[in-house]
Amino acid sequence: MTYPEAPPQTITYDTHPDQYKHWRLTFDGPVATLSLDINEDGGIKPGYKLKLNSYDLGVDIEFHDALQRIRFEHPEVRSVVMTSGKERIFCSGANIFMLGLSTHAWKVNFCKFTNETRNGIEDSSRHSGLKFIAACNGTTAGGGYEMALACDEIILIDDRSSAVSLPEVPLLGVLPGTGGLTRVTDKRRVRRDHADIFCTLTEGIRAQRAKEWRLIDDYAKPQQFAEKVQQRAEQLAELSDRPKDAQGIALTPVKRTIDDVGYHYETVDVVIDRTARKATINVSAPIAKVADSVDAIVADGAAWWPLKMARELDDAILMLRTNDLEIGTWILKTTGDAQFVLDADASMVKHQQHWFVREVIGMLRRTLARLDVTSRTLIALVEQGTCFAGTLAELLLAADRSYMLSLPDTPEQEAKVALSEMNFGSYPMINGRYRIAARFYDEEGPIAAARNAIGKTLGAAEASELGLVTGTPDDLDWEDEIRIVLEERASLSPDALTAMEANLRFGPGETMETRVFGRLSAWQNWIFIRPNAVGETGALKIFGSGNKAKFNWERV
Amino acid sequence: MSIDYNQKIPNNVGLSDNKTLQRALEHWQPEFINWWQDMGPDGSQNFDVYLRTAVSVDPGGWAHFDYVKMPDYRWGIFLNPAEEGRKVNFGAHKGEAAWQEVPGEYRSNLRRLIVTQGDTEPASVEQQRHLGLTCPSLYDMRNLFQVNVEEGRHLWAMVYLLHAYFGRDGREEAEALLERRSGDADNPRILGAFNERTPDWLSFFMFTYFTDRDGKYQLCSLAESGFDPLARTCKFMLTEEAHHMFVGESGVGRVIQRTCDVMNQLKTDDVAKIRAAGVIDLPTIQRYLNFHFSVTMDLFGADVSSNAATFYNTGLKGRYEETKQDDDHLLSDANYPVLEIADGKLATIQAPYLNAINEKLRDDYVVDAKTGIERWNKIIQKAGIPFKLSAPHKAFNRKIGPLSAAKISPTGNVVSEAEWTHHHLEWLPSVEDRAFVSSLMGRVDQPGKYANWIAPPSRGINNQAIDFEYVRFN
Repeated sequence: MTYPEAPPQTITYDTHPDQYKHWRLTFDGPVATLSLDINEDGGIKPGYKLKLNSYDLGVDIEFHDALQRIRFEHPEVRSVVMTSGKERIFCSGANIFMLGLSTHAWKVNFCKFTNETRNGIEDSSRHSGLKFIAACNGTTAGGGYEMALACDEIILIDDRSSAVSLPEVPLLGVLPGTGGLTRVTDKRRVRRDHADIFCTLTEGIRAQRAKEWRLIDDYAKPQQFAEKVQQRAEQLAELSDRPKDAQGIALTPVKRTIDDVGYHYETVDVVIDRTARKATINVSAPIAKVADSVDAIVADGAAWWPLKMARELDDAILMLRTNDLEIGTWILKTTGDAQFVLDADASMVKHQQHWFVREVIGMLRRTLARLDVTSRTLIALVEQGTCFAGTLAELLLAADRSYMLSLPDTPEQEAKVALSEMNFGSYPMINGRYRIAARFYDEEGPIAAARNAIGKTLGAAEASELGLVTGTPDDLDWEDEIRIVLEERASLSPDALTAMEANLRFGPGETMETRVFGRLSAWQNWIFIRPNAVGETGALKIFGSGNKAKFNWERV
Repeated sequence: MSIDYNQKIPNNVGLSDNKTLQRALEHWQPEFINWWQDMGPDGSQNFDVYLRTAVSVDPGGWAHFDYVKMPDYRWGIFLNPAEEGRKVNFGAHKGEAAWQEVPGEYRSNLRRLIVTQGDTEPASVEQQRHLGLTCPSLYDMRNLFQVNVEEGRHLWAMVYLLHAYFGRDGREEAEALLERRSGDADNPRILGAFNERTPDWLSFFMFTYFTDRDGKYQLCSLAESGFDPLARTCKFMLTEEAHHMFVGESGVGRVIQRTCDVMNQLKTDDVAKIRAAGVIDLPTIQRYLNFHFSVTMDLFGADVSSNAATFYNTGLKGRYEETKQDDDHLLSDANYPVLEIADGKLATIQAPYLNAINEKLRDDYVVDAKTGIERWNKIIQKAGIPFKLSAPHKAFNRKIGPLSAAKISPTGNVVSEAEWTHHHLEWLPSVEDRAFVSSLMGRVDQPGKYANWIAPPSRGINNQAIDFEYVRFN
């Protein structure tokens, strides 16, 4: 079966290990090895060569795909060794010439996706028993070290020349923006004065001191390196609770068609209105009761609705983010029978210890988290025929605002909202709270009231009473009300909206991830538009030309 | 313990008054001696060797000859005298006064340049440490040891810069220079070519001719540096480097001479007969030449290099004879031709000159390296033998950079994998070639005696006779 080709400029996130240009994925019992061996001429866009194992979005799309394969197709894998297929270089990070050629929006989208992929590594370590070891067999610089930082352990080769480094500040005049600056302190607990030195040192720090400063966990001489990595990988594998003899499921290609109207999948449909700069994302409930026994669920595999829907929604989010920059408002809708969604939720709760169901919940969690950090206005519309129930109610809760149609004369015809167990802890946001807890700032009263509503179908008045929706216009007001909300929103500064939404969505309390997306990304994105980085004589712009950056010395 | 520094370490850097330098060297000097005992010429520590020692930078002082045991060699620290009012002569700082201290913003790059240069010096001593066991004469053994002690002194020169200008980091790097080992899988020297063994004397002569000449060109570029102490140090090192290339050029020349003599005696150009007579046939010499030339080509670095651009523009490393180049010495808008492979052929493209600085140096080197090959051809010509040695194309047998992606013949044609497999034994020394050359190696250690495969030199060292006792074994 073939699918229509995407238009030439459209970036897609489709790939398969058979098509990898940059990675090799191999399996040896419980240990998977992901080797980075970047094809210099395989850039996703023209104009630069991916020298010294430096990456661009295309490399990271494969990386993301490889992680998905390990999660779903190889449940027997318990630890993953990330290493390089090149000699004397692990990875030198994002390709600088690519960054120099890229638009601001491209850079930001690229950084966001790479950040999400690295967070995904930690998410799998935390929730799914997959442990990661960075086997840094050569120079580990910038984004290369950030990739290593996302792993549970870092082992560096001690050949007297290989070092770990974050040279972004001294070399490029930008930040190590893929979580590097944050993980050095929040995760590795490197003392701040050491971190200060480390982050201003172009040549980085070699094995022994790197270990003393906690930048790595261990090091080994070249002759012992492979053995040490293998040993550690096996030890970490022992700690994992992934099944020893389970069969994986095949991640078949996501079926998507692209046309002038938008992106179309089986359970997700995206209709783009370019004039109004809005997209309507409609997610469909299962069309029948989903498989409920472990055997039947695994047999369904990628066709099991919770996974199929998560993958299609994830893809839709990525497509819109990458290819449709001006579509500033996403309208979230759902269609179908709420009971089928609630059945699926019950099934997930029942089998949540099973490796496959656990991975599916993980996929949903990461997809919803991707929505949370998306720089688009999210508005959920609860109308007749919609089914914001259980897992799909997370879309309602992820939205910046939500409107629910009330029908005072025929309340029995109102669309209903329903909550399930899955709304109370299965899908934490990157701030560590589930959406209802975050919505109510951890206050016991409203959370308990919402919890008591599990099993009920909530009409507009009840949903509003519980604080689950923003407004409940009636059928006379609905059309105008919604039109005005959308038109007004579309008229506001996209920059201010992105910033405002990001501030309001996560509320009080920081985690490493919110610091990465908030503090680190925000500063980085500021630097990315400053002349000191991207002006004609800015450090990022002139890197590699031999010319010296000319800075405006004013501290702002 | 008080040390008379000026006696023990000849220098013109005011060592006896410089506490910082003394502290650094007190620690480093014994480690250097340990390194020399472990990794210096094998079994030679007790020999009295007729060596040249630099005791000052005066015309009479840099070449002081006497017998000396190598561990007692007085490795000194010398900089060429300062040039009054010297300026940075190229790049973004052109016209500013040359730096007498390391500019903070260039500390890391300068240190890297110095460490990379410094690492090659002990590396070549390590590569050559067994050659004394198979020397073709006392004269050659002495020349080998002279090269070795001077490589040692060049290490001192780089270590001086690290100690004097780079603080604690510099001291650590200086120690690391003694800790890395050529060819050690766990702890290799920085540059690939310096981890290969120098297995026989023909390789040694080729190495000193071709690879030490890369050293000359690197030193010439560093001698243009805006960092004045580096420039002055390198200028003085160049006086010694000239001897190393002399050893290479005259060594290969004498091998050729001997082969030609035997060919004329036997009236043959049959390789088997020539080899049977115990001399090295000219095609094998050509293959050795091809190998060492191409390995050295790689030492100049990537054809298009952002590091090279940065080093140049920031005034750290210039071009060969920078001040004699007839241009603006900024090169911001200039181009320079580099090779690339397009449609299965070598093609010339114009690269930004700043990024092509390595290629410019490589081209200057090639011109120079070819002149010696022509002198070798004169020897063959004089013997009336119809054979000509030639330098291979600069793209031949490259292992780094874009040219390494294709197989390229010595004449500069891109060839298929199959053609390469078919012909490479004609182009590069085979295992058999190396085994043959190696079979000729045997120690000749009587004054005035020379191995059968090499002609005696036309004159001795420092006007001594060719049968002078250049090494006493005690």
